[in-house]
Parts: sequence; structure tokens; C-alpha cells
Amino acid sequence: MTAAVNETETKTEKHDKHASWRGRAESAEADRTSAEVDDAASIKELRLQSRRLLGWMMRPHKKGIAFLCAILVVQNFTSMATPLLVMFGIDNAIPAIADRGDYSLLVGIAAVFALVSVLKYVCVRLYIAQSAKVGNAMLFALRNRVFRKFQDLSVSFHERFTSGRVTARQSSDMESIREMTENGVDDLVLAGLNVVTITIVMLVIDPLLAAVSLLTFPLMLLLGRWFSRVSAVAYRKARETVALLIVYFVESMGGVRAVQAYRREPRDRELFADLNTDNQYAQAKGHQQNAFMSGGMRGIGHLATVVVLLFGGWQVMRGNTELGVLAAFLLYMKRFFDPLNELVQFYNVLQSATSALEKLSGVLDERIEVAEPEEPKSIASPRGELRFDDVHFRYREDQVVLPGLDLRVPGGQTLALVGATGAGKTTIAKLVSRFYDPVSGVVSLDGVDLRDLSEAELRRHIVMITQENFLFNGTIAENIELGLPGAPRERIVEAAKVVGAHEFIEALPDGYDTHVRKRGGRLSAGQRQLVVFARAFLADPRVLILDEATSSLDIPSERLVQRALRTILADRTAIIIAHRLSTVEIADRVLVLEHGRIVEDGRPDELIDRGGEYAALHRQWEDSLV
Amino acid sequence: MKKYLYPYRYRLAVLWSMVLLNIVSGLAIPPLVGRAIDGPIHDGDMAGLVAIVGVIAVLGAADALLQLARRYFQTTTAMAIEKDIRGALYEHLQVLHTGFHDRWQTGQLLARVTSDLGMIRRFFAGGLVFAITSIGMILIIMGQLLFIEWRLALIVAASAVPLFLIGRKFFREYLPAARSEQDQSGEVSSAAEEAALGIRAIKALGRGPLMAARFEKEAAELRSRSIFKSLIASRSWSGYDAIATSAVGAVLVFGSTMVAGGTLSVGDLTAFIMLQLALLWPIEATGWVMAHGNEAMTAADRVYEVFDTEPAIKDRPNARAVERSEVRGELVFEGVRFAFEDDSREILRGVDLRVEPGETVAIAGKTGSGKTTLVSLPSRLHDPTGGRILLDGTDIRDLRLENLRSVVTTAFEEATLFSMSVRENLALGRPDADERDLEEAVRVAQAEFVYDLPYGLDTRIGEQGLSLSGGQRQRLALARAVVVRPAVLVLDDPLSALDVHTEELVERALAQVLRGTTALVVVHRPSTVALADKVALLHEGRIAAFGAHSELMASSPEYVDVLSAEPEEVAA
Ligand SMILES: Nc1ncnc2c1ncn2[C@@H]1O[C@H](COP(=O)(O)OP(=O)(O)OP(=O)(O)O)[C@@H](O)[C@H]1O
Ligand SMILES: Nc1ncnc2c1ncn2[C@@H]1O[C@H](COP(=O)(O)OP(=O)(O)OP(=O)(O)O)[C@@H](O)[C@H]1O
Ligand SMILES: [Mg+2]
Ligand SMILES: [Mg+2]
Repeated sequence: MTAAVNETETKTEKHDKHASWRGRAESAEADRTSAEVDDAASIKELRLQSRRLLGWMMRPHKKGIAFLCAILVVQNFTSMATPLLVMFGIDNAIPAIADRGDYSLLVGIAAVFALVSVLKYVCVRLYIAQSAKVGNAMLFALRNRVFRKFQDLSVSFHERFTSGRVTARQSSDMESIREMTENGVDDLVLAGLNVVTITIVMLVIDPLLAAVSLLTFPLMLLLGRWFSRVSAVAYRKARETVALLIVYFVESMGGVRAVQAYRREPRDRELFADLNTDNQYAQAKGHQQNAFMSGGMRGIGHLATVVVLLFGGWQVMRGNTELGVLAAFLLYMKRFFDPLNELVQFYNVLQSATSALEKLSGVLDERIEVAEPEEPKSIASPRGELRFDDVHFRYREDQVVLPGLDLRVPGGQTLALVGATGAGKTTIAKLVSRFYDPVSGVVSLDGVDLRDLSEAELRRHIVMITQENFLFNGTIAENIELGLPGAPRERIVEAAKVVGAHEFIEALPDGYDTHVRKRGGRLSAGQRQLVVFARAFLADPRVLILDEATSSLDIPSERLVQRALRTILADRTAIIIAHRLSTVEIADRVLVLEHGRIVEDGRPDELIDRGGEYAALHRQWEDSLV
Repeated sequence: MKKYLYPYRYRLAVLWSMVLLNIVSGLAIPPLVGRAIDGPIHDGDMAGLVAIVGVIAVLGAADALLQLARRYFQTTTAMAIEKDIRGALYEHLQVLHTGFHDRWQTGQLLARVTSDLGMIRRFFAGGLVFAITSIGMILIIMGQLLFIEWRLALIVAASAVPLFLIGRKFFREYLPAARSEQDQSGEVSSAAEEAALGIRAIKALGRGPLMAARFEKEAAELRSRSIFKSLIASRSWSGYDAIATSAVGAVLVFGSTMVAGGTLSVGDLTAFIMLQLALLWPIEATGWVMAHGNEAMTAADRVYEVFDTEPAIKDRPNARAVERSEVRGELVFEGVRFAFEDDSREILRGVDLRVEPGETVAIAGKTGSGKTTLVSLPSRLHDPTGGRILLDGTDIRDLRLENLRSVVTTAFEEATLFSMSVRENLALGRPDADERDLEEAVRVAQAEFVYDLPYGLDTRIGEQGLSLSGGQRQRLALARAVVVRPAVLVLDDPLSALDVHTEELVERALAQVLRGTTALVVVHRPSTVALADKVALLHEGRIAAFGAHSELMASSPEYVDVLSAEPEEVAA
């Protein structure tokens, strides 16, 4: 309880610490999934969830894991056999040789030893191979599941969560879990088996002595309890500090051009150093606690030796116990504590992985704001009619972007949205492509609420070119192909030709197979826009939304694109957002938007004649042309 | 590496002494136990037993404390060193040229900064100490074994030969396998990062499943590489275990015959085997230590790949400092040529251009003609491959980079905002800017909307500013450049996302700022040309025409082609 309170305190303190440069987000939860709140109840819930997640990971591998356990049991036997054989040899084989010159017992022992060695070889080899298979398969499944979940989560989630944090979950959290699966699970199981078998063996050979040596058990339990309690807090914190570090790293490397051009290096370095130091201390914390545990375990081990030696020695002197038994006992004690000492380190890894698992299960449990419908409807032959019925929308509580929008776009119409920047044009487009759901009211396609369409169906009918032209790492052809996966090369080339991208692509060193580099860094802004355009053209949807799709083009390219648009848009519904009225002129209808309200609506020439807002804009634009 | 260890030399010295002491204290106990059995217990001497046990207790307590202290310092120091290297790596990455960053996926860099450094740290804090402890222990135990019975000790020593052979083979195979696994893990992070960053583009096209399939492919590759690596490990570690166990068996057999023959006491044999059992674990763990060592080695290789990349753009040895106040702002391009590395096409083929102090020159040209490339040269984001650029008559390469970049400021065509407070974004190029400077810049860029955000300038804007509208982002980026008050202002298509009305307001406010500033403005539409005194047309890598807009409209058909809207209206 106190631990939880402490954590909350340090968390808020931390937020304050970086707030000066990070700025304030709308909600304190901006960085977290909603499952990761700090109060004791949700931490408990999260633990439970993470355990469930672990169960989910292990379920498909029941057989594999059972096999692994079997191997470990055998391996444990082989380890156990060594001191037993030694004891047996010393107590029996030696007297047999000395007294009777009888070597058969010794030969037998030698044979058993050989067998044990071979068994050990087989066990270790099988175990490593098999555990690598199972462990990696579990990680693989987890990675994919987390990835899909992130893809399903809404745009607004990603807006606050940031890509850096997504990367942190997929890299450093996974790394921690990998470390656990890769090292030491066998140590854990072996040590467990060890404890059990050695306890039994000790009880069998001398119950009294065994009882005495087991007196140290409660001490170990206490120590373990203490560590798991404090380190859970420490590691949870550490996962967060490393995520912050990664977020900052990813972002400042992504914008490194701006960093260099604005000489922000010193400031960046300072902030990064801060995060780096935070992370250093947070990471060290758990390890330091582990050092205490490690020392403690060692001490307990020695204590046990002292007790057994005193008590056992006394027993031997009184003739209650054989000397060989005591010797064997002491050997066992060593075998008992050595693995436990190693296990302490693994406990560390385990705790770290547990916190990582908690973080991941937080992600997996996040509610998807823009959810898939329970019973999706489908549209057999879409006409492409869009409707907004009294749609209210806001991103933030206090700032309404669309205060009740009513709009009907008949199938096949080309609609242009114009208006001042920040008027809400992109917002309308995002609602149509269901990046967000309206706060109230309904957006529908052919009479079906978008919320009732499955993701796949919706995207088949409605495609948007966003204002930010995003290219993926890969070749130009691959980037265009994204519009229609599996499209043959001819269609890709054709799409590029239609939008006027073919010439420049051909001129590149490897033509369509030229790698565009990170975020398309190899292309000019206009070229990137053309590639994205070709991508949308290839997708060939019923409803096409173009958000400033020509803003970075020169006039000749723009002209070419417009010509293409006239043919492309002839029979489909389109929403065009543009500040250049030249693009607007190909529209059947223009909406002028002001603070989320429609102030004018009509055919472009009509509006010009009517002499309102649009006419004024148009005049201003014409004036600017000379 | 040494550079990073040096500041910690005293701590490390203490640490290693503790490690040694810890080994000694750990090893001192088993012989004492043997002594107790053979001596007092055998002889029934209770007082003697208590004395020995007392010694063991004291030693044990010391051993436990040492263990605690050692572990504590060990992790603390290792974490500190890791932090130092990470900081240094970050600094190095900051100064590497944009070409490097274009080519390296963020995930790959990230893997180096996090998991690779972690691997190195873990090896130094765990594996290496363990390895040295083990070697120390093995040597000491061998010494003790020799002391107890040299013939038996020889058997143990002989088992080192196969161990060595297996180890050598392991090294050869494991290194490349570990490397390829680490590389792939960087690919997986990159794929994750890209899919998060491009989430809008993916959703807009409904390509989530496709991206998931691609990610799955990368993840599957990682899985198979990891398994491959582990298979190599499985082949050698198993040998270690088996050999160590066989050696115990051999000792028992020979030892027993010796005891039977009366050349060895039972107590000695027990002590010998007990010691040898203590040897079992270090030997078994050798495989694990070697694996960690190998992984740390490849991780270090990967980190050094970055450290060893020299920044392509840096100060010349005798670079000169310039003060902002001394700069008049005359910018001259002399026969400037430019080609990107690993691309044979020359983008600029001899650009000659003179911009007088305080003059505003617009650069026009077709898509992909090299405008952005050209305007990135004055702030040395790239260096020309031929010709030179002079600022007030000095080659800009003879100026200190940090000075130059405070004199020349660029507003990029993409806004490049950071998920930090608005204030931090605005003051990017001038951290000491006060409220008035910010206000002024916000006014010029018509970006007053920032004051309407929930917490005003302290509001955190979403990643890349994506919680703002397109036009808002662009105005913020413009304001950011204006805040710097540079002598040379470069604006790359600064008004493309603005509506006609806002555009005019910005132009009017900007005109005042530009009056005293040398400016290069990349333009795509005639409306923006109004900002400029003169226009330069970039065509086929050269300045094909230079003059006032109206002159060029009359004299240059290429210019008309690029910048006039006339033919479209004819077509319409
Ligand atoms: N993700 C978001 N979170 C919070 N506020 C947002 C978000 N996206 C947009 N806004 C706000 O909503 C308003 C409308 O934005 P929108 O992007 O729809 O404008 P727009 O008309 O497309 O403008 P532009 O022409 O500049 O692209 C703006 O004030 C903007 O700041
Ligand atoms: N990093 C790079 N590596 C290789 N080639 C590049 C790189 N960046 C740009 N190019 C190429 O250089 C040429 C000029 O690009 P640049 O960005 O300067 O064009 P631009 O004139 O600014 O075009 P736009 O009007 O579209 O912004 C283009 O053909 C582009 O493909
Ligand atoms: Mg917009
Ligand atoms: Mg450009």
C-alpha cells in the first residue's frame, strides 16, 4: 500500500520535472494506457492481466513445456546422482576394495557415471534447443499480437501515446521478456526441483539433521517476499523511464534535420542527459535491491552450514550419525544453496520481465475507441452516397470543431471543401474515413452508419490521401502497390503515368525499384506527393478523399493531376480539400466552411456569381495569379 | 571503451578487489568444513569443533557482506558507464549528417542505444565478473586440488583439452549468428516504429492487415535467427556439462583405488571431490559466459559502427567564428554543383546566384528540380560537391558551423515539430527568446491560434504536431524560423498549406521582417512570388532566368511554363 502511494508521488514529481519542456497534455494519462493507473486496485488488476497474458502465451505450447519439464526432471536426476554416487563410492566401494579387493562395485559406479554423463549431454542439448523453440515461438506470437493491437487502436490513441512508446513496447519490453525466456527458466525449474529432491533426500538419510537445516527456510522466504515487493515497484518505474528515453530518442532522431539546422544539439543533449540519468537510477534501483537479496542468500547459506556442522558434529560424536552421512549432508547443502544463489539473479530478470508483461497487457487491454462493429453490415453495390446527420465533433472538451453538421453528398458527386486553415476541413475528411467517431450524430455511407461497417469493408469503399505524405521504407513500386497489394507492375506503372509521376521515377537510378529511404527522404516533397497520389489512384475506391493532395506540386504537375482527376472522379464520390482554387474548379459543388459550419454551398460558378465568401476568395486568388 | 572506463578507475579498482576477496572468502569455507569433519568431529573434540565453526561463521558473514557490497557497486558502476556511453552515442548521432540518418532506420539506431548497450553492460556487470571469478576459482581450486593430490588433479586438468576445443568451435559459429540476430531485432523495431508513425496512412488505405503480415515476416525471421543461434549454443554447452561430470566420475574411481591402496585418506578424497564439485558449476556456466561475451562483442561492433562514422559536415580546422551582428547577409553561389552520394545524377550543375544583403530572392522550379537541395546548402545541411558559397565574401565552410547555423535559418517544407510544449517548439533555434520575441513571431506567422490551445504556449502538441491542422503546423514552423531573427532566412515553400486569405495576411506581416533580412524563398505559386524582390528560375541544375517576376513573365517561356496558371484556364 505504502509502496503504491510512494510510486504515485514519484510519478507526479516526475511529470512536473519534465513538464517545463514536454508541455502539458490534456490528461495526465496521456502517456499511459488506461490500465496503467497507479492506484493499488489497478496495479493488482494489471498483475492479474499480465498473468493471464502469460497463460495465453504458454497455452499453445503445453506439450512443448511438458517435454521441457520432463527433460529437466531427468537432468535434475543426473545432477542429484553425482553426490549420491560419491557418497556410495566412499562408503561402500572403498571398503570393498580395501577389505576384499573387490573392484566390481567401483566398476559399477564408473559405468553409472558414464551413463549419467551421456544423459546429461542429451538433456542439456535437448533442453536448449527445445526451449529456444518454445520461447521464441511465444515471443513471436506476443510480438504479433501487440502489433495488431496497435494497428487496431485509434488514431487518437496513437496521437497521445506516440510512436516512440510503441517502439519501446516492441523493443525494450520484448527484450526483457526475451531475456527471461532465454536465460534461466531452466535454473528456476531446476532449483525448484533441486529444493524438493534435496529436501526429500536429506529427510530420508537423516530426518533430524534435515529438520535442523530446514530451519533456515523461513528466512529465505521472507527475503524473497521482500525483494519481490520492492523490486516490482522499481522495475515498473524503470520500464517507464526507458520508454521516455526511447520516445525522446526516436523523436529527436526523426527530426534531426531540424535539430541541426536550429542548433538545438546542446538543448537536446541536456534533455536527453536528464532522461538518461533518470533511467540510470531507475534501472539501478532494482539491481541494487537484488544485491541485498544476493548477499542475504549467501549469508543464509553459510548460516545453514554452521548449524548443520555444529549439530551434525555433535550427533556424530554421540554416535547418532555416520561421518559419511554428515559429509554427504554438507555436500547436499552446497548443492542446495549454490543454485539458489544463481536464482537470485534470475529473479531480477523475472521481475523486470513481469513489469514488461504488465506494460504489454496494459496495451492489449486498452479499449479501442473506434471499435469494429459486433455485427458488421455490408453494402452490396455501393453508390457512394455520404451523409452527415447532425454531427457534433470535438477533439478536446473545450473546443468544438464541428457544431452540428448536416450534409448529403450524392453518389458520384465531386465536392470541394474550402475555408480558412483550422476551419475543420480535414476533420470532416477524417470522420468520413472513420479515424474518429462523431461525439454525436451519424456519418453514413449509402445509408449505413460507418460504425456498422467492418474495417475492411469501409476501407475498400473509402480511401483518403492524408495531408502528410507518408512513404514507407521500401521501393517506389512497393509504396505505390500499397494502394492495391498484389497489383502487377503494369498497373503500378499505369497509375504512376496517370498522375504524371512516371517520368521522374524512370529517371531515378533504379527506376521503380529505387529505394526511397527513411520516410521517402530520397524524393523531393512534390515527388512524394505524386507517389502517394498514384497509390490512391491504384486503390480505386468508391469514395476518394484528397486532403491537399496537390499542395506541394508545381503548376505543370498540378495541371496534369487535375486533368487526371477529371477522368478519375467522373463516376465516383470525391471530397477534395484544397487551398488552390484551381483544384476546386473541377468540383461539382463547393462548401465554404467557417469554424465547422457551412456558410456557403453550391456549384462553383454559381457561388462566384452570387458574390459571397467564395466569390471573394476566388477574386483574391485570381489577383494573386499575376 | 577505455575512454568510458577511465573516469571510474578507482571504483573499478575497489570493485575488483572486492571480487577477489569475495572469491577467497567463498573458497576458504569448504576446506574448513573438510577440516572440521576430519579433525574435531572425527576425534570427538567438541571445543575444537566450536572453534572451527566460529571461524566459518565469521568468514561466512564476511563473505555475505562482501557479496552484497560487490553486487551493489558492480551494478551501480555498470549502469553509470552504460549511461555515459549512451550519452556519447547520442551526441555523436546528433552531429552525423542527414545522409546518414536517411539511410539508417530509427529502429536500428535505437537498438544500438538500448539493447546493444544493455548487452555490453550485462556482460561487464555479470558475465565478465563471473568469467573472471570462475577463472580465479578454477585456478585456486586447481591449486588446492594439486595440493591435496596431484595425480587426481591431473585428471581434472586433462579435461580442459576437450573443453578448449569445443569452446573454439563455439566462438567461430556463434559470433556471426549473434550478429545476424541483433541486426534483425533492429529491423523488427524499425517495422514497429514505422507502422506507428505511419498509422494514418495505413488506416486511410486500410492496410493494417498487410502491415501486420509484413511485421510478422520480420518477426518470423527474428525467431528463426534466434533459434539458429540457440542451436549452436546447445551443441557446445551440452559438451561442457558432460565433460565436467565425467571428470568427477574419473576422480572418484581413481581416488577410491588410491584410498583402498592407502595412499589417500577418506577425508582428503571427500575434500577433493567437494572442491571438484565446486568446479562443476563454473565449468558448466562457461558456455553461458562465452555466449554473453560473444553477444557483447557483436553489440560493441554494432555500436562502434556508428561511432566510427565520421560526420561528413564539420568545422574545418581553422574555421572562423562570426557574430550575428557583424553579418550583412550577402549570399553568393559560385558555380555550385551538387550530387547526392551514391547517386550519379548531378542535381545542381553550376548554380551562380547573388543575393544582396536584405534582398529577398524567390526560387522557382519544377517538382524535383533541386530547389530544396539548393536552399539546404547555405546552412550546410549538405556541402556542395563543386563550387562554393560565400557569405559576405567568406566561404561558408570557413565559418564555424554553429555560428553559421545561427546566421542562416531554414523553415523546411515539412513542419518537423516535436511532441513538446508549443514554447519549446517555437524557441527551438533560440532557447533564450523571451515572451515578446515569441509573441512577435507568432504574429508574423499569423499563428495566434496557439494562445487558444488549452494551456496556451505550455500545451504539448501531439507527435510531429499532428494534433494541429496542416496550416497551423506550417505557421508554427514559420514562426519558429522567424523567432531566430537570422541574417539569412530560408523559407522552403512556406505558405503551401494556407488558404488564400491567411496567406495574404502572413505575406503582409512577413514582408516587414524580410525588409532587413536576406531571404531565399522557394515558391510554387505566383501568389508567394509577391514576397520576393527577384525570382530565380532553377532549371536543369542551373539558374536559367533571374529578374523581377513581371520581367520574367515577359521574357522567359520556361518561367511562364512553371509559374503561370494561364493554360489551365484555357483548358477549362
Ligand atoms: N488531433 C487533434 N487533436 C486536437 N485538436 C485537433 C486535432 N486535429 C485538429 N485539431 C484542431 O481542430 C481544428 C480543425 O482542424 P482541421 O485539421 O480540421 O483544420 P483544417 O480545416 O483541415 O485546416 P488546414 O487547412 O490548416 O489543414 C483546428 O483548430 C485544430 O487545431
Ligand atoms: N537524399 C537524396 N538522395 C538522393 N537523391 C535525392 C535526395 N533528396 C532528393 N533527391 C533527388 O534530388 C532531386 C531534387 O530534389 P529536391 O528535393 O531538391 O527538389 P525540389 O525542387 O525541392 O522539389 P519539390 O518542388 O518537389 O519540393 C529530386 O530528383 C530527388 O529525387
Ligand atoms: Mg487540413
Ligand atoms: Mg522541395
